[in-house]
Amino acid sequence: MKQKVIDKMPAKLDFIQSATGLVLALFMWGHMFFVSTILLGKDVMYQVTIFFEGYYFFGESYPIIVSILAGAVFFIFIAHAAVAIRKFPSNYKQYTIMKNHIHTFNHGDTKLWFWQIFTGFAMFFLGSVHLYIIMTNAADIGPYASADRIVSDWMWPLYILLLLAVELHGSIGLYRLCVKWGWFEGKDAKASRIKLRRAKYAVTIFFLTLGFLTLAAYIKIGIEHKDHAGERYQMVQSVSQGVKI
Amino acid sequence: MSEEKAPRILKINVLRFDPNDENDVPHMQTYEVEEAYGMTLFVVLNEIREHQDNSLMFDFVCRAGICGSCSMLVNGRPTLACRTLTSKLDENISLAPLPLFKLIKDLSIYSGEWMRGLNEKLETWIHDKEQEINVDKLEERMEPALADEIYELDRCVECGCCVAACGTIQMKPDFVGAVGLNKVARYHLDPRDKREDEEYYELIGDENGVFGCMSLLGCQDVCPKDLPLQSKIAYLRRMMLTTGLKS
Ligand code: HEM
Ligand code: SF4
Ligand code: SF4
Ligand code: FES
Repeated sequence: MKQKVIDKMPAKLDFIQSATGLVLALFMWGHMFFVSTILLGKDVMYQVTIFFEGYYFFGESYPIIVSILAGAVFFIFIAHAAVAIRKFPSNYKQYTIMKNHIHTFNHGDTKLWFWQIFTGFAMFFLGSVHLYIIMTNAADIGPYASADRIVSDWMWPLYILLLLAVELHGSIGLYRLCVKWGWFEGKDAKASRIKLRRAKYAVTIFFLTLGFLTLAAYIKIGIEHKDHAGERYQMVQSVSQGVKI
Repeated sequence: MSEEKAPRILKINVLRFDPNDENDVPHMQTYEVEEAYGMTLFVVLNEIREHQDNSLMFDFVCRAGICGSCSMLVNGRPTLACRTLTSKLDENISLAPLPLFKLIKDLSIYSGEWMRGLNEKLETWIHDKEQEINVDKLEERMEPALADEIYELDRCVECGCCVAACGTIQMKPDFVGAVGLNKVARYHLDPRDKREDEEYYELIGDENGVFGCMSLLGCQDVCPKDLPLQSKIAYLRRMMLTTGLKS
């Protein structure tokens, strides 16, 4: 039998879209847990920061590690956007058709798709700004440095929008991954879909709440620290050892 | 004895248009019909045509959800009119033809042409690769469970509701839609069809096929025959991905 020559690219692109989406969404979960450690106190957040800078492995902090990590995430982010852009309406006509369809059909999952496209588009800009700043200023992460960036460097409006976009986009994306590939489908696909959708809402609400509480905590610190913006945080323990400058 | 409630007066708003009449433009026309017990939209439309307006056009054959002719948008939702009870709806009911298909007039569409094109494109028939047809040969046996599974997918009546409900196909009319993907899944299950996975990949392994589906699941939610479209599309996607990533 003759061997068929098939174009493998469409399969690969779909795989890349889903794989990068999954990695980004799970990374965002981890990311949220790390940044939210500020709610447990400045010391805890500081320890998480120096952990990622390799302090507990090398005895010294290397922010370049964080730069490399952020660069890797940026790369995956760009790959995801490049592949997912295929799904955007590609001209005004398609856009109006879809808008009309969403309007007349009034169907939950189709509306979710609109939000996913909308938030995805917003993240081209919001996500890029954030990732670039973190990549190039990896040394400036910490209880005071981050809070100063949010308040004194005016990042808070961007972070509010980015938080909304990423949490909506990520959880809708994970839900879609499940129905798209048939994960957790079980015997009764309908029943599992209802459960998945509930889980999706729960995840969105959980991470949005945690995210806004975290952002509020940084804003509070940032406002209190406004007059000393630029100063770095020192752990209380180090203060007692007289290291504080 | 409790008093009978006066029957509702249904306001049926129909999107009317005759593409063959140069002077006609799409417009809404409202008819009032007194609701009766157990009334379906099939009854309502015939009532209108018989007593109020014999120019109103719509399709029916079986009036039992079997032929798939009477699909239309009911309050924006694609469904079979003969299976829609008015008691489940509000007094104000809007009816429109399914989008995407060729409009004949008013609610009547030419979905047969579209479906035929689809079937030809996807070659929805058994490919057994035997050179000669031997009518004396016994057909191979099939497990009853598998026969049931195939039969389940064969229940598609080509009504086109899933097409009208699919945002992807509205934007990209070359997409094969859930009806097409369901048919491919049906032949792929069938052991009498000897096509290789690569041959299936050639049919649906691209953006017009399974990789174009954005999993909006409108199809699943409107299919009047309640076919397992979500599961079958996911199954094809997994299968086509493995075929595509295989060396
Ligand atoms: C510039 C930034 C981004 C753009 C333009 C973008 C765009 C998109 C689009 C259009 C889709 C829908 C694909 C479809 O309908 O099949 C999608 C899916 C997805 N996105 Fe994003 N996205 C971005 C960033 C992110 C981020 C930061 C995350 C992590 C939270 C993420 C997670 C996901 C997931 C999990 C999916 C589902 C994947 C799939 O359906 O295969 N995306 N993205
Ligand atoms: S899959 Fe369902 S909705 Fe689509 S054409 Fe067949 S019966 Fe109609
Ligand atoms: S899941 Fe959505 S995109 Fe895919 S065929 Fe069904 S309605 Fe269309
Ligand atoms: S008339 Fe045959 S399906 Fe409605």
